[in-house]
Amino acid sequence: MIKGSSCFFSNNILKLLFSLVIICSSNLSLAAGEKISYPQLNWTFSGILGTFDRASQQRGLQVYKEVCSGCHGMRLLAYRNLKSIGYNDDEIKAFAAENSVNTINDDGEVVERPARPSDKFVSPYPNDKAARAANGGAYPPDLSLIVKARADGANYLHALLTGYVDAPAEKKVPDGMYYNKYYSGNLIGMPQPLYDDGVEYADGTKATPDQMAKDVTAFLAWASEPEMEDRKQLGISVMLFLLLLTALSYFAMKQIWAPIKNQ
Amino acid sequence: MSKSKFKNPVVKWIDHRLPVFSFMDHELNHYPTPKNLNYFWNFGSLAGFALVTMIITGIVLSMNYTAHVDYAFDSVERIMRDVNHGWLIRYIHMNGASFFFIVVYIHIFRGLYYGSYKAPRELLWILGVLILLLMMATAFMGYVLPWGQMSFWGATVITNLFSAIPLVGESIVTWLWGGFSVDNSTLNRFFSLHFVLPFVIVGVVILHLVALHRFGSNNPIGIDVRGTQDTVPFSPYYTIKDLFGLSVFLSFFAAAVFFFPNFMGHPDNYIEANPMVTPAHIVPEWYFLPFYAILRAVPDKLGGVLFMFGAIAVLFILPWLDRSPVRSSQFRPIFKIFFWILFLDCILLGYLGAMPAEGIYVILSRIATAYYFFHFLILFPLLPYIEKTKPLPISISEPVLGGGSPASAFAMREKK
Amino acid sequence: MPKNSKSKNNNEGKRDFLIISTYAMAGIGAASVAWPLIDQMNPAADTLALASTEVDLSSLEEGQAITVTWRGKPVFVRHRTPEEIKLAKEVSLDEMRHPETDEERVPNEKFIVLVGVCTHLGCVPLGQKSGDVKGQYGGWFCPCHGSHYDHSGRIRKGPAPTNLEVPSYKFLSDNIIKIG
Repeated sequence: MIKGSSCFFSNNILKLLFSLVIICSSNLSLAAGEKISYPQLNWTFSGILGTFDRASQQRGLQVYKEVCSGCHGMRLLAYRNLKSIGYNDDEIKAFAAENSVNTINDDGEVVERPARPSDKFVSPYPNDKAARAANGGAYPPDLSLIVKARADGANYLHALLTGYVDAPAEKKVPDGMYYNKYYSGNLIGMPQPLYDDGVEYADGTKATPDQMAKDVTAFLAWASEPEMEDRKQLGISVMLFLLLLTALSYFAMKQIWAPIKNQ
Repeated sequence: MSKSKFKNPVVKWIDHRLPVFSFMDHELNHYPTPKNLNYFWNFGSLAGFALVTMIITGIVLSMNYTAHVDYAFDSVERIMRDVNHGWLIRYIHMNGASFFFIVVYIHIFRGLYYGSYKAPRELLWILGVLILLLMMATAFMGYVLPWGQMSFWGATVITNLFSAIPLVGESIVTWLWGGFSVDNSTLNRFFSLHFVLPFVIVGVVILHLVALHRFGSNNPIGIDVRGTQDTVPFSPYYTIKDLFGLSVFLSFFAAAVFFFPNFMGHPDNYIEANPMVTPAHIVPEWYFLPFYAILRAVPDKLGGVLFMFGAIAVLFILPWLDRSPVRSSQFRPIFKIFFWILFLDCILLGYLGAMPAEGIYVILSRIATAYYFFHFLILFPLLPYIEKTKPLPISISEPVLGGGSPASAFAMREKK
Repeated sequence: MPKNSKSKNNNEGKRDFLIISTYAMAGIGAASVAWPLIDQMNPAADTLALASTEVDLSSLEEGQAITVTWRGKPVFVRHRTPEEIKLAKEVSLDEMRHPETDEERVPNEKFIVLVGVCTHLGCVPLGQKSGDVKGQYGGWFCPCHGSHYDHSGRIRKGPAPTNLEVPSYKFLSDNIIKIG
């Protein structure tokens, strides 16, 4: 009878795991929406040991600044956060000071002052309505969380940025819309942002659209999950601790139960 | 027990006046527990652990959270980015909800398989179903707090369920919202209730434990304990087994928190709530999916809501639907087969709840829903008449442990 | 089961060691979880980042004072008169509870910059506005429990244990200071 129940046990566990996988994968496939498949890239930050590539992130910041930031804000990110992608205090201060924020002076007037490292990234539009109005009704989403806010975010973003192709003959593309093979419905309000040598990289990397898309994605992936490296690092220690505790408690349990089992 | 139980004079002094130590010694230390419990009996203590974890992390999160439509989303992101270890605490709380439900669902299926709901444990079971209901309410309201797109639209859809009630439905929904849509008042009251309901759960859990300790745990063969030869004291036998179970549980939990924190969440909830735009596919959190499938399976608004709540209501009367005197499925061959069908049916409902409500999915949802109610309302009462159960063993210790001396584990422990 | 008592003792020793170390491990685990829960109450990164304020003193006349906010607390800036400076410098340190020279506390003798929080129990002392009670020593006076501060913000009488705190600041130009 002991045998029977332990057999039932392992059976059951397998079924539970199986069901969990079904539930979770169904969630994922659903989140992906329409079945557009896009290239799966090998990101440095994927996997349980993955970390960000600082050089790529810094190039990505440049792409964001010179290409994306005309329309897209990053309101959850502060200039001081750039320290963790390898900039020093003076560089951050200078970077922040290129933008200006509104403040109220002693006479109660709204005046502009240069942004400080403690300020959040200055958005290109004062509010959502202004952003919509300036872009023909299409709202350019804030990019602070974009990689987390899309299923398979990094691959999706890279695909979208490189997915501008000529529309097939039968597809009518209205004015102010653009054809993108990876966008749901294929018609997107954002014109193709990345062209060869759209930016000039200081480190001499060739600025192809694919390279720029990878770099800006690496930057945005970090902006979505700035805690990722700390999280994985702490995770490894916690897992090691728990495996040790599991092993210890298993043998302690066997020891304690031995007299009962041997009766 | 003798008065010399405690050596420490302070403990002795207090215990004489306020017998908390005697109580703990009796309920957590000596408490006689069947010695043949398998690992499925770990999930009760795991659920308790999950509850405490959720309460502690929740209190800490509330210190940094702002319940206002304009600040809620950003305050959660501030927790993730700026608060010391905020990301860790928030991911524990977020994934903790999912793991709490995993543990509780396994706990419930264990009760179903081994007939733990049968006399004299009916109230124990009913209190458990009550805990499940409270957990669902708490989890639902908690999911609203980050004020993402799924929060907002989940709140809208679920509160609208009540509009199905004839005559007063619309007024009830307006009352729930405190306005004409899900808005700041709704968020504030949900925060308040999300904070307080877990303590109500703690109260019901205490009653659940009192009811449990009245007759003790059920066990895999489902027959009553005959005497000390059938039991072991809770400590150290089940304290160490629970610790082992906890370590295994925590290993899975930590893997999720540290390496796949958003796996069980939904990307749309990282977009701030927008009352003007509904996301393309809205789905509840995975633990509500079977119920969501039942809701959508019924092509009538009120009917869907009634069936969905009925799916839980039927659990309350389970002890009176199943009249078989045999508890454990091990001795009920037909019941056992149907148990696994029910289990797969619930998984199927969960899967269907995540699929769009169209085509084959709707038909399958209806079949699965029909089976769910058939199982409890028709099969359960009928089965005792047609099923021939296997012979029951005489006692826990003899057949299971192959006979031997009836030397009690208490004696083994006293020797130490 | 062991045959002789010696190996039995050995085995029991090993057994106890295993069990004790298991529970000790669990205890260590529980204790280390406490730290994040405690540390989350410390100032967050964004709070720490807001730690500096710039103040323009060009419009501050002699004898006037302004109060600015720094880290959520009031900071007193007073443009001292020559007479006040003289008083602050000449007083003997012997009679002070917390002896500090005026030079130690005020890099530019014209402007004194102080955190406007009484070192006793955290009230904001009076003395910034021209009509305020300034206490027996002409500086600031805390109305909560009667602490008197002089022109250099030093405690001279009353329950406060130390002088008013001088925040870290520097002159970016003749008239602009950066606090923090």
